[in-house]
Amino acid sequence: MTYIAKPQFHHPSLKHNALGFTRRDYEGKVSTLCAGCGHDSISAAIVQACFEIDLEPHRLAKLSGIGCSSKTPDYFLGASHGFNTVHGRMPSVLTGANLANRSLIYLGVSGDGDSASIGLGQFAHAMRRGVNMTYIVENNGVYGLTKGQFSATADKGSKSKKGVVNSDSGIDMVGLALQLGATFVARSFSGDKDQLVPLIKAALTHKGAAFIDVLSPCIAFNNHKGSTKSFDWVREHNEAVNRLDVLMARMAVTASYEPGSLTEVTQHDGSVLLLRKVAEDYDPTDHAGAISYLQHAHAAGEIVTGLLYVDPEAEELHDALGTVKQPLNALPDEELVPPVAALDKINAGLR
Amino acid sequence: MTRPITAVNDFVVKFANVNGSGSASANGLFVKAILRMGVPVGARNIFPSNIQGLPTWYEIRVSGHGWLGRRGGVDLMVAMNPQTWDRDVAEIEPGGYLFYDSTKPMPSSKFRDDITVVGLPLTALCNAAYAEPSKRKILKNIIYLGALTFLLGIERAVVEALLAEEYAAKPALIPANIEALQIGFDHARDHLKPLGLKLRRADAVGDRIFVDGNTAAGLGAVYGGATVCAWYPITPSTSLAEAFTAYCRKLRHDPETGPDGGGARYAIVQAEDEIASIGMVTGAGWNGARAFTCTSGPGVSLMQEFIGLSYFAEIPGVIFDVQRGGPSTGMPTRTQQSDILSAAYASHGDTKHVLLLPEGPNECFEFGALAFDLADRLQTMIFVMLDLDMGMNEWLIEPFRWDEDRVLDRGKIMTAEMLEAGADFGRYKDVDGDGIPWRTLPATHPSKGSYFTRGTSRDPYARYSEEGAVYVDNMERLLRKFETAKSLVPPPIVRRAARKTSYGVIYYGSTSPAMDEALAGLEADGVAVDALRVRAFPFEGEIFEFIAAHDLVFVVEQNRDAQLRTLLINEGGVDPARLVKVLNYDGSPITARFIQAELAKGMGVPKARAGEMVR
Repeated sequence: MTYIAKPQFHHPSLKHNALGFTRRDYEGKVSTLCAGCGHDSISAAIVQACFEIDLEPHRLAKLSGIGCSSKTPDYFLGASHGFNTVHGRMPSVLTGANLANRSLIYLGVSGDGDSASIGLGQFAHAMRRGVNMTYIVENNGVYGLTKGQFSATADKGSKSKKGVVNSDSGIDMVGLALQLGATFVARSFSGDKDQLVPLIKAALTHKGAAFIDVLSPCIAFNNHKGSTKSFDWVREHNEAVNRLDVLMARMAVTASYEPGSLTEVTQHDGSVLLLRKVAEDYDPTDHAGAISYLQHAHAAGEIVTGLLYVDPEAEELHDALGTVKQPLNALPDEELVPPVAALDKINAGLR
Repeated sequence: MTRPITAVNDFVVKFANVNGSGSASANGLFVKAILRMGVPVGARNIFPSNIQGLPTWYEIRVSGHGWLGRRGGVDLMVAMNPQTWDRDVAEIEPGGYLFYDSTKPMPSSKFRDDITVVGLPLTALCNAAYAEPSKRKILKNIIYLGALTFLLGIERAVVEALLAEEYAAKPALIPANIEALQIGFDHARDHLKPLGLKLRRADAVGDRIFVDGNTAAGLGAVYGGATVCAWYPITPSTSLAEAFTAYCRKLRHDPETGPDGGGARYAIVQAEDEIASIGMVTGAGWNGARAFTCTSGPGVSLMQEFIGLSYFAEIPGVIFDVQRGGPSTGMPTRTQQSDILSAAYASHGDTKHVLLLPEGPNECFEFGALAFDLADRLQTMIFVMLDLDMGMNEWLIEPFRWDEDRVLDRGKIMTAEMLEAGADFGRYKDVDGDGIPWRTLPATHPSKGSYFTRGTSRDPYARYSEEGAVYVDNMERLLRKFETAKSLVPPPIVRRAARKTSYGVIYYGSTSPAMDEALAGLEADGVAVDALRVRAFPFEGEIFEFIAAHDLVFVVEQNRDAQLRTLLINEGGVDPARLVKVLNYDGSPITARFIQAELAKGMGVPKARAGEMVR
């Protein structure tokens, strides 16, 4: 977290998006994370994704918990309101914010220490409630700010920088999100921007609980031999099930792909997810198949990345609650305060 | 033999029942019948933390004078629970009455010589009339209600009309209930004599309503413009969220779309726990909605971290704390006022929170609505401190009132227009000298007014800072804001004695009705005491002026450690020797007799000589 703002200077040749913003308009303050931290790559991917889907920067609300990852919302989308909450309990704050104003885009950023330990309960309930949000876990398997303790996502048998072997089973956030009912579940790698940016774009346009687990090696404490969250390990064991492109609703679908290598998924808002299959038999709309595939890959020592599951017809929390379309925080007094006559009637019923 | 008590419209009846036996309905009918006869009633349900099988009591204060608190003592015990027989019998006033099921003979040692015993062969009557066990269980209660109707002179037509109302949705049940009532009434008429305790139609109820504080607070939240409720079930606060839900369904729908068409102008979430519920309140408050949770002491304990965040990051929200017996699980279904300190100074570090202290359902409604204005104005968490007695028991109160011209106070929210006009926005800047900064809501303006909310220290422009001076400035501003709160919260209410006195008494919350009667009793004994009811924290100057103006001030509370007294000493620098503790904390609502006796004792004069000690 920093108070150092980036200079406002824009190079005249910078590309503008449909709203007239440049990529720089989506940046935040200067990062104070370690040089080479995977989290900064994720921030860059968020910036790129928001720029490419023509999102008005101030229409996004960014929330986080506590930890290295949770500092990052200060480093992107400087025009947005941000909220650095408490350890692991960002999901409830995001849920409340979403209840207050359903018209904004909500981005929750968390870490494995934040979400898989103290925050596991809140993570679970936000997923099962279908809060309309994008929830990114920047997963490095280690506690960075307190200098190197294993987190709950560290794989059993992996080694810490000090050579300690982890004896606890690691929590797979992706498997968990699938079980909990998240309607968009993906995994990626901070070092694979080509895969990550489209996934973030797709998640931001998804209506419902969208979860992306991003493996983001900690260069200070978890990038050594024996770690299963290091850059080298992830690159060597990465098994991508698909590659994604997102076509927004307003774009004509003109791309042509070879039959049999492509899946098209049209979302509620008309946006189309184009999935180039790497694994030929992979269907990201098959919930049970996704869970099975994930488990088989895990048993084979592979880290599956890509869009693992999407329900294009997903409903979100406001649908279940039946709330009005207008943001609750903008309803005028007359729509909130019942007339005195209603109170008189209530009084009469209590006699 | 002690002379039997005789009284008209002024006595205490207590029903001793077994939880889950269906007695609540009959007991409720009994109370409502008395109210319909125009006689004021105070009713208190004393129940276990259990679904079935454990003892439960329902104590009713019948008072033509209008005393609605607990008096103390029992004039008529309706002893329907063998488990608690001995203690129930022991509680009866000398000259009082014991009403019991005489189906099985009982040894004389189980009775007392100084009371009148009235036996009704309830089980025998019930078994003779009904073959089905379920009917026997339920209608047994109506049979004893029928007998009491005769014994106390309740108008039977009133009870029958109430039965018709009670079962309006299931009319098939009405004849069976009327029949059971008749069985009890007839048997009592044919075999028993009316008691010395009598009910006579009066005109002392007026247009008053009979309602519990949780319902009132839930309704207050509706009128206060609350749109987000995130809660987690916990006794005794659950019915507050349920009341809010029910009233929202009736009153808060877009008329075009209705409840089933996505027209809800509210969002209610049963959270996974108390931490999530206050987290949702925090998020909603940050984003400009009026949000609340309702809970009890254990919930407040869990919420501490978020409460601290809301204090420091200055996020509005409301917590209804319906207090129960603590610490830990304590006595979950008994009443106390024991969260005062844990709410006032909730969370780590230096914090202070605004507490509203309603005295009953009327103020639960008023403060329930006001809390949202205060939360928005002060940008902080507001606690409304109910307790189980007030929250879950029905009280006879004046009808709810609302000023149609009242406008909700949204506080200092900087708009896009203000930002566009060049307002210097600093989220934590004290622009107006009242300690309250301006805030913007997310998405207010495309390029101005955004800021990063955090629990870590920051400067007036919300920029992260660990500079000591910056931190101190911020903390001092928060104190200024708390000072400002004194002028916004409900002031105390002072009641002067008929004569000048150097004695004062301070009290708050649900102690009120018992205090009314105690003060009247003291006055009748010739004892003069000035009284002050605290209605909020922070304490405004009048409270300390009141203390300074009296040699000795009694502080009446329903907790062990005299928590309000501690707060008075801490905040006002009062000499502890001048504040005398008067404490009731056995989980039962405080009684008038207890207060009166303790105050008389504290003034150093026996009750019999109380009249001589007035200064």
